[in-house]
Amino acid sequence: MELSGGEIVMEALRREGVEHIFGYPGGAALHIYDALYQQDAVEHILVRHEQGAVHAADGYARSTGKPGVVLVTSGPGITNCVTGIATAHMDSIPMVVLSGQVPTRAIGSDAFQECDATGITRPCVKHNFMVTRLEDLAETMRKAFYVATSGRPGPVVVDIPKDVTAPNVKIPFEYPEDLRMRSYNPTIKGHPGQIRKAVDLLISAQRPMIYTGGGVVLSNASAELTELTRELGYPITNTLMGLGAYPATDPQFLGMLGMHGTYEANMAMHECDVLLAIGARFDDRVTGEIEHFCPHARIIHVDVDPSSISKTVNVDVPIVGDVKHVLRDMLGVLRASERRADAQAIATWWEQIGRWAATDCLAYDRDSELIKPQYVLERLNELTRETGRDTFVTSDVGQHQMWAAQFYQFDKPRRWINSGGLGTMGFGLPAAMGVKLAHRDADVVCVTGEASIQMCIQELSTMKQYDLPCIVVNLNNRYMGMVRQWQEFFYSKRYSHSYVDALPDFKALAESYGHIGVRIEHKGEVDGAIREALANRDRLTFLDFITDQSENVYPMIAQGKGHHEMHLASERELA
Amino acid sequence: MRHIISVLLENESGALSRVAGLFSARGYNIESLTVAPTADRSLSRMTIVTTGTEEVIEQIKKQLNKLVDVVRLSDLTESPHVEREMLLIKVRAEGAQREEVRSLVDIFRGRIVDVTDKSYIVEMTGDGAKIDAFMGALGEHAVLEVVRSGTTGIARGEKILRY
Ligand SMILES: Cc1cc2nc3c(=O)[nH]c(=O)nc-3n(C[C@H](O)[C@H](O)[C@H](O)COP(=O)(O)OP(=O)(O)OC[C@H]3O[C@@H](n4cnc5c(N)ncnc54)[C@H](O)[C@@H]3O)c2cc1C
Ligand SMILES: Cc1ncc(C[n+]2csc(CCOP(=O)(O)OP(=O)(O)O)c2C)c(N)n1
Ligand SMILES: [Mg+2]
Repeated sequence: MELSGGEIVMEALRREGVEHIFGYPGGAALHIYDALYQQDAVEHILVRHEQGAVHAADGYARSTGKPGVVLVTSGPGITNCVTGIATAHMDSIPMVVLSGQVPTRAIGSDAFQECDATGITRPCVKHNFMVTRLEDLAETMRKAFYVATSGRPGPVVVDIPKDVTAPNVKIPFEYPEDLRMRSYNPTIKGHPGQIRKAVDLLISAQRPMIYTGGGVVLSNASAELTELTRELGYPITNTLMGLGAYPATDPQFLGMLGMHGTYEANMAMHECDVLLAIGARFDDRVTGEIEHFCPHARIIHVDVDPSSISKTVNVDVPIVGDVKHVLRDMLGVLRASERRADAQAIATWWEQIGRWAATDCLAYDRDSELIKPQYVLERLNELTRETGRDTFVTSDVGQHQMWAAQFYQFDKPRRWINSGGLGTMGFGLPAAMGVKLAHRDADVVCVTGEASIQMCIQELSTMKQYDLPCIVVNLNNRYMGMVRQWQEFFYSKRYSHSYVDALPDFKALAESYGHIGVRIEHKGEVDGAIREALANRDRLTFLDFITDQSENVYPMIAQGKGHHEMHLASERELA
Repeated sequence: MRHIISVLLENESGALSRVAGLFSARGYNIESLTVAPTADRSLSRMTIVTTGTEEVIEQIKKQLNKLVDVVRLSDLTESPHVEREMLLIKVRAEGAQREEVRSLVDIFRGRIVDVTDKSYIVEMTGDGAKIDAFMGALGEHAVLEVVRSGTTGIARGEKILRY
């Protein structure tokens, strides 16, 4: 089979099992777009802004576990992708971004729409390639997918000069099915000796705690995690990225930990004597001040990326490997072991945790006349459960994101889609679009704020064109709430530029894109509005909730403080 | 502590900038960096001299290993090794100075590789301390121009870094 470069790109995508790509055409990518036009294995979704394409591919990837794929042109096409690529990179999301480049002979001449795509993306990709020879194209495509999806996943950029995809130059096509790279070989199996040590330590614990993150989701290891946690009977907390990996409604689950985590989860971290960390990277939003982090604990850490281990917190039993494999092996060793945990000590530990949980740290003023954002999320949680349908929740960045994480109960992995590491406003709506494309039968809700939504709102148009009816829950507090909250606490209420004036009429805006828009100003209308949106399954509904402007996210650990120094809503003022 | 890290990496355009970018992005110190293709032209060998606490050095090695282009690496300072740097130095050499410089070059076992009636170019290899000592002995006023290659090194004995 003789193929041109453009055809090789499309054939490689087909062989990789890619069904959807997100993109935006332009000069340097036109040969590829022409090849795309002449095949039907891969469906292309034309976005309204390249950032939207990358977030959509990202949402697609997070919700399916398959790599997201993006196709853009050179220059502004690829620079518009940078925020999206950095977002995927920070959260270890598998993704392949294909960018057109000016012809090889023009590279370096400041040609029209030329930019150093591999240079610009280098610090925010897992790896990138520029393909300067047609003969290398097929293998590079294979490598890109392999690198993006294996080990610790991440985005890979493949930059392809226009002459490499020219339709009139054809070469025999061969796709390397079995790829080996001497310079890249992730460790999958954990070291048996370390695994035995870890199990011994777990059994000897008096006050154990399990802390898990995005790595469990990325490894598709929820079943193994749930099994191990139940077998041990120990308390478990998830990071923002790990929510859903362990069922939130399970009694062993203490909620999220970290800056806006629950009192019980953070206190249990602080007091535990053995910590089992799985696929989590000891982020500063999670650890608080390192000096005060888990002061009494011996720490076991399972991670596929050796550089995640002992990066910020020194651990006692490191295990490099894929979560799924390591947890299976741990279960095997645990079941074969004759020793059992000290039941008395564990019972005492649970009693202590019960006392912490009794503080009811997520309490808010339920009697308020105003629409409390927490109330909307509680109702959303309740009403989406009632439908019995699978529900995905994406979010933007800010207070609404934290309330969604606190109040929505995720019982399954890959249902909570948000930008944790980079914290990218504008992520939520295009991500929802990507999720909906992959899960047409499920309900997809984008929880957002009036500031975040405006960063990628143009994708409402794409969602109309491709008939992707999501539900937008806009918690409209007329403030960049998260910024305002920090200014209230740490800048003596000097609200510098956290108020956005001249907000659009979101109802009318949604309608102008051809969707349903609803403005909800009274608490009594909340349920009805959500129910109606859930019933309107073939139209996108934009719910604009006018919420209490002054609400803050509690609990909160201020920067520089430890897990035991949380501030609860009842205390209001931060020290 | 000072460490010398030898890295075998794919000889591809961009590989060097990945390493350099890693050091600047993560704020690691870099004292010197040398690189050239190996006998196997598909690989380059890089020698990086860096300083940091043991934790930082550990992270540097992990981060380097994580780069997709890096095939293998070794910390030379963990075991006996030979390290060398090359110096090319242009020195003032007039009148009595000519003899003085020549004898210093002999003592330090360097070579004079270019001569004019006013200057010499001296070539010398050695570890950094030897080169510093030689330059100290010459005195600042004598030096017209200096170029140092940066350190390269290799482990002693059986230990081998290759693919
Ligand atoms: C406004 C805001 C507030 C925030 N507040 C909080 C908060 O209160 N609490 C909180 O938890 N977070 C919070 N975050 C998120 C935070 O910034 C981090 O993104 C998050 O804590 C990181 O989660 P993680 O440790 O699970 O790591 P991830 O980024 O999910 O990293 C996954 C880890 O697993 C490893 N891994 C990947 N795949 C595998 C595999 N197959 N096998 C083994 N290991 C694997 C990776 O190497 C990595 O170390 C907040 C973010 C924002 C924007
Ligand atoms: C692209 C980008 N710019 C700036 C920020 C900093 N930031 C974090 S939250 C936030 C305010 C978000 O406001 P809104 O979307 O209304 O959400 P709210 O906090 O009010 O719920 C800002 C500006 C960011 N995270 N992303
Ligand atoms: Mg807001």
